[in-house]
Amino acid sequence: MVSFLIRRIFGMILVLLAVSFITYLIFFKIPGGDPAQRIAGRTATPANIISIRDKLGLNHNVFVQWWDMMKALLNGTLVSYYDGTNVVQQIKQGIPATFSLCIGAAIIWLGFGILVGVISAVKAGQASDKVITVLALVGISLPVAWLGLMFRYLFCGENPNGLAWFPDGGYVPLTQNPWQWFYHLLLPWFTLAILFIGFYGRVLRSNILDTINEDFVRTAKAKGLSSRRILIKHTLRASLIPIVTLFGLDFAAVLGGGAIITEVVYNIQGVGYYAAQSIHSQDLPPLMGVTLYGAAFIVVFSTLVDVAYAYLDPRIRLT
Amino acid sequence: MATPGTTQEEFTLDTAAELAAEEGGSKIEGKSPWELAGRRLRRNYTALVSLGIFLLMCLVCALAPLYTSHVSHLGPTFANAGGVIHENGQTIHVISQGGSSFSKNGQVHLTAAGIPIGPQWGASGGPYFFGADQLGRDVGTRLLYGGRNSLLIGITASVITTVFAILLALLAAYFGGATDWIISRFFDLIWAFPVILLGIALGTSLSINGFHHGPINIPAGSLLIPIAVIAFVFIPYIGRPLRGQVLALRNREFVEASTAQGAGPLRIMFTELLPNIASSVLVLFTLIVANAILTEVALSFLGAGVQPPKPSWGTMIADGENNLATDPWLAILPGIMITITVISLNVFGDGLRDALDPRAKVRMEH
Repeated sequence: MVSFLIRRIFGMILVLLAVSFITYLIFFKIPGGDPAQRIAGRTATPANIISIRDKLGLNHNVFVQWWDMMKALLNGTLVSYYDGTNVVQQIKQGIPATFSLCIGAAIIWLGFGILVGVISAVKAGQASDKVITVLALVGISLPVAWLGLMFRYLFCGENPNGLAWFPDGGYVPLTQNPWQWFYHLLLPWFTLAILFIGFYGRVLRSNILDTINEDFVRTAKAKGLSSRRILIKHTLRASLIPIVTLFGLDFAAVLGGGAIITEVVYNIQGVGYYAAQSIHSQDLPPLMGVTLYGAAFIVVFSTLVDVAYAYLDPRIRLT
Repeated sequence: MATPGTTQEEFTLDTAAELAAEEGGSKIEGKSPWELAGRRLRRNYTALVSLGIFLLMCLVCALAPLYTSHVSHLGPTFANAGGVIHENGQTIHVISQGGSSFSKNGQVHLTAAGIPIGPQWGASGGPYFFGADQLGRDVGTRLLYGGRNSLLIGITASVITTVFAILLALLAAYFGGATDWIISRFFDLIWAFPVILLGIALGTSLSINGFHHGPINIPAGSLLIPIAVIAFVFIPYIGRPLRGQVLALRNREFVEASTAQGAGPLRIMFTELLPNIASSVLVLFTLIVANAILTEVALSFLGAGVQPPKPSWGTMIADGENNLATDPWLAILPGIMITITVISLNVFGDGLRDALDPRAKVRMEH
């Protein structure tokens, strides 16, 4: 276990370094041409380009350039090319909003996903199963940006003749006003969660239907346990193991910037929103910072998932 | 190392007895697995209707130029902000001019300026059937041309990513050792990026000035950029499950038999291993197209995909966001088109999976 963790942590650091190097290449080498000219824009003077080249150290070897940027990022001194704000501080400022959005949405999607999966598995083949299956399919097929806009149009007063049940976007910190925090986040939570509810419901349904045929479920039945007990203690417990993997990785992905569209649509100034703003100013350092921040979540959570998996499923050993 | 999540289930060929039991007594002698799968698919009307809807959507969008030449008479990027249309003898501005007027009883009427014309539902004899956007462009025309771009990007990117993923998976699983190590680490590395952030990073950097390396010069606004970005991002999501399947097949007797007959690596990879993963490839491909279309929408919505003035369903939703109160149709319509397309693909993909191997657990991590 300890040697497993040490090796994984070492591996994680390597992956993050590689991710950051690739991100660097994406901005400076992959497009080709002169990066200084690209950053300076179309109307730049030659002197302008030279000063940018000097300032960003573009005359150095690519590894030196990359390592300089990494050092700045790790020291917390990396600043935006566009407006000179500190990248690490901006990301830190966005974290409470992003975490509020993602944790709330995760609770909703896990709860409803399990509910939907269990109901449709128990009623497999019946009308309610079919209705749920169709709704789940619709859920995974909706573009998030559009869903958010439609919610705003229908429920947030965007439509002059429509309903105005919810505030039209924005974020209120939990420490400032818990009720307003909840009220502002309710629609974004569901917007983000709907995709996952459909997906988790479908996965759980097929897992349960597979598990029902396993020997240990038959044994439980033969022992005369009630069907409710068999479902909760035996079938569901085994069927949820793959969901743990899925959940760990999906949760990491939304925390690490996957909620970007929901944040943009609802004007929630989290980490994803920060990245989206940097797209329009074509600003590398914030995108670099956010990408690394996101990759760190994915890498850490995939290790946690492996550990949790071994704990939940005794057949798996960590070596 | 424990790697849960990478499903390495044996991909078994059905035995005649198993198949016969599932076919409910109908004859299966002399039928290949593909024929049997085709028969199962033909009985699944939901899947067939979905395929029909998807193909119809592709056809309608492909015929976008006909809509321009025969119905709307307005091109997809033709901005007509100062234009007027004539309807029942009245002249209507495409973008409202605003102004004030006094009615007879002295009340002041104010009309807002800058609001695009709403859907005319054919009253104007063709133009602005679905209204105009903030620049006076015809929404119906852009919807079809945008669909053409979105579908083209989704399908082309999926073809490219599937071809690369198959090649990498075959190479990794067949040769093993260092080849496998390098390819698997490549998959792991791409997989460690959040999908949308990698797409944004690539899309943003390539949309500034295009892609220029040696003889390859792609201008910044080209559709090849979102295609390449999406194709690259999805490689591990097909490559990983396929590698697992090939790995399971690698040591089976039929591969050994082929080796014994003197078949080389290429022959084994493409005539022995590839046909055995073909059904998974088909299912994964359908699901990847659906996901690629949604990714295009997300990237274009954020400004890192299709670049204006080119239309796509994603850029149209982005335009719609800024005009939601005055011109909701602009956002509503592309969303409906996307949802119909993606649902039909997902339903068909499900049906295809059930038909090809009812017990297979091909699933795309998303």
